[in-house]
Amino acid sequence: MTTATQTQTINLTLSQRLVAGGLALILGFVLLGGIGFASDMRVHNGAHDTRHALGFPCH
Amino acid sequence: MNLFRRIFFAAVLAGLAAGLAMSAVQQWRVAPLILEAETYEGQEAPAVHDHADATAATPAAAHEHEHDEDAWAPQDGAERILYTVLADVLAAIGFALVLAAVSVLVGLPVTAANGIVWGLGGFIVFQLAPAFGLPPELPGMPAADLGARQLWWWGTVIATGAALLGIAKFRNWQAIAAGAVLILLPHVIGAPQPPHEPSAVPAHLATAFAASALSAGAVFWFIVGPLLGYLNTRFAKAEASQTRMVHA
Repeated sequence: MTTATQTQTINLTLSQRLVAGGLALILGFVLLGGIGFASDMRVHNGAHDTRHALGFPCH
Repeated sequence: MNLFRRIFFAAVLAGLAAGLAMSAVQQWRVAPLILEAETYEGQEAPAVHDHADATAATPAAAHEHEHDEDAWAPQDGAERILYTVLADVLAAIGFALVLAAVSVLVGLPVTAANGIVWGLGGFIVFQLAPAFGLPPELPGMPAADLGARQLWWWGTVIATGAALLGIAKFRNWQAIAAGAVLILLPHVIGAPQPPHEPSAVPAHLATAFAASALSAGAVFWFIVGPLLGYLNTRFAKAEASQTRMVHA
């Protein structure tokens, strides 16, 4: 099992990692930007308590 | 299951579970402080000793909440809690995706064993370092310009994150030295400071809030790191055994 996992990890090419990592990074930042930083007042009001609790600058 | 699908599902599941745990702690210890602070919002700040010029002491909160009154907002109670939990979980999934993405990009796998270190790193990068300059604040507290604070927040997160990843990746004194500079830089530059106005929110609420908010954040990060590592390893193993079966 361990050998199989290692083989699998080695098989990953750099471009595979860049595409998957880049995509996940963009998706993550879009979520954080929307919840924590979007200026639309409806989004702000809905996520208001989350912004304060997570220490995002709010108001 | 390709790499993106694997880290996506691991991050969504880990973020969901850890986000719900964080939400529970928030509703227990953090949200009540926000609601209590809002009762002071828009009120006159407690008068200063000499009762100088009443007009000079601008109520801190009055211009703090320049909300568009017509904009939709959830009703207090169940609806507000529901939206907060939803926003918590989405932000949690966002954090988990960033953690998983960075791990793949830098080439440092998250595992169940080292997940707690990733969690600690995430907590330092996204909560502790920004809070060192901009402590989690309650509604109604005087604060500097929003755009400037958001810029400082992102700058601090990126600098601290780059520093920790560099140290973890290279493990040499050059990386530690560069990391120390990157970690200190945002704090030497300094976060945008609030105007010198009396706060309408009592001090005990503000200190309790800062400590509770950071604690709820720590709960999230210490769950999401190990859980993401566990799921990531498990999905990779499942994938490996599937591949073997196909090739057999």
